[in-house]
Amino acid sequence: MIDLYDLYQELILDHNRRPRNRRKLEDPSCQAEGYNPLCGDRVTVYLKIEDSVVTEATFDGSGCAISTASASLMTESVKGKSLEDAKALFRKFHGMLTGQSIETADGPDLGKLEVFSGVCRFPARVKCATLAWHTANAAWEKRETVVSTE
Amino acid sequence: MITASDSRHAPPMAQADAALDVESIRRDFPILRQTINGHALVYLDNAATSQKPQVVIDAISRYYAEDNANIHRGVHALSVRATDAYEKVRITVQRFIGAAEPEEIVFVRSATEGINLIAQTYGRSEIGKGDEILITTMEHHSNIVPWQMLCRQTGAVLRVAPINDDGELILDQYEKLLCDRTKIVAVTHISNALGTINPLSEIIDLAHRHGARVLVDGAQAAPHLCIDVQALDCDFYVFSSHKVYGPTGVGVLYAKRELLEEMPPYQGGGEMIQSVTFDETTYNDVPHKFEAGTPNIAGVIGLGAALDYVNGIGLDRIAAYEHELLDHATHALAAIPQVRLIGTARHKAAVLAFVVEGIHPHDVGTVVDQEGIAIRTGHHCAQPVIDRFGLTATARASFAFYNTREEIDALAAAMRRVLEVFA
Repeated sequence: MIDLYDLYQELILDHNRRPRNRRKLEDPSCQAEGYNPLCGDRVTVYLKIEDSVVTEATFDGSGCAISTASASLMTESVKGKSLEDAKALFRKFHGMLTGQSIETADGPDLGKLEVFSGVCRFPARVKCATLAWHTANAAWEKRETVVSTE
Repeated sequence: MITASDSRHAPPMAQADAALDVESIRRDFPILRQTINGHALVYLDNAATSQKPQVVIDAISRYYAEDNANIHRGVHALSVRATDAYEKVRITVQRFIGAAEPEEIVFVRSATEGINLIAQTYGRSEIGKGDEILITTMEHHSNIVPWQMLCRQTGAVLRVAPINDDGELILDQYEKLLCDRTKIVAVTHISNALGTINPLSEIIDLAHRHGARVLVDGAQAAPHLCIDVQALDCDFYVFSSHKVYGPTGVGVLYAKRELLEEMPPYQGGGEMIQSVTFDETTYNDVPHKFEAGTPNIAGVIGLGAALDYVNGIGLDRIAAYEHELLDHATHALAAIPQVRLIGTARHKAAVLAFVVEGIHPHDVGTVVDQEGIAIRTGHHCAQPVIDRFGLTATARASFAFYNTREEIDALAAAMRRVLEVFA
């Protein structure tokens, strides 16, 4: 039997109650909107990227406890990281949740993000946890698309 | 011409005043015997799909084991048996909804396909630029999107009749939206998101006075209410098998015979023709004109078994019992201060939607699932009505005659667990 608190760990409940970095960024380098059609959750991710370093990351929107906590922890995790490291973190986080984390001895340390490891036992909720990350990924990819076409 | 003989005995009709023997009914549904996460399954997602009694499972299995053949095609014994079984269900459905003739019943893939069929046949031939199609705020996506597509194809305009804060259609606003350009009114019988039962007689009468045809989406009504399409005088009525204890993959479209005769075919292929040459094709008679290709024969036979089963219990008794369940659930959830009910119409059936202050419906759904309770969370394929209440999602418990008061008490107890987890 699965324990509910494998999913709703204290850190997740805390970030749901008091989301960090939940605000619109006035002058982002890039932003993207993510939408989960399954549950109607919407999130907008704002990133400030200077010299290939994520210097600011915020989000806005409403969702369930898992998606809110994931957005909050995502912003904390990528802030201060190089874009490359942030992308590696996304890949590893995504791998953990989708059960493709076999080769994850390499790559960055997930740190606090390990708190989401229980989500993969709740398949209906995996998309809640990955929404903010996919949205962040769309934001920085969009920026690169713009850069590459200049 | 439908040739099936109607030798089927009428199912034993239960006494209307006798209480349901729910324990006995529950034994007819094998899926209910299981545990989920260590708890007895409490299935409260009946508005999404209903569970199937053993007689339905057996009818499908028996068809494949004993009678499987293509229909309306062969002279051999199996084909005759399969055709007879399939066509008998048309008569069962005709009686179930009070249609005048079995030829007015078209088997389709789903209620959704029934609506698309009307939009693309009747709609494409009768509706033009500047004409109007009138729906309501509480429609399921399947009674919105086919009309939007038709509007794009024809230049017609989609109008939407509003609802009040209880989730009831505002009839005088609806009446004001009717005009001589209104060609179709498409309205749900019971809202899947709110449980509201619409006042169909008034809606249909007003529409007809303006010369509009009326399509009723009966997907949520067929399991819960006695339907009489002739008394309602609706022009089109659709429902789906899987919500009325039958298998998935079968829907029913009812249309008045004179409309079916005039409408162009939907899909071309086998079964829907009388003769084909490379120069010209003569279409088959109704309803076969609308049933191109080999249909879901086993599914239709399963639907027949489901309707016989429902008739055996009696829809009056089902409706009365489910109303008690809804009352009990309404009181049980309304007693929790953090819970707000969404959809508080005076006339409701079998659906209880709600939100919990500060807790997302998805989290509610996951926590109660841990207690073995299945409810639906999300927008219920009816985003506009969820938007109307300023929400992005709700939780929804929906009932069937095999549910019990104890199961509703289990939901109320699980709601207290939800509040603990997110305290």
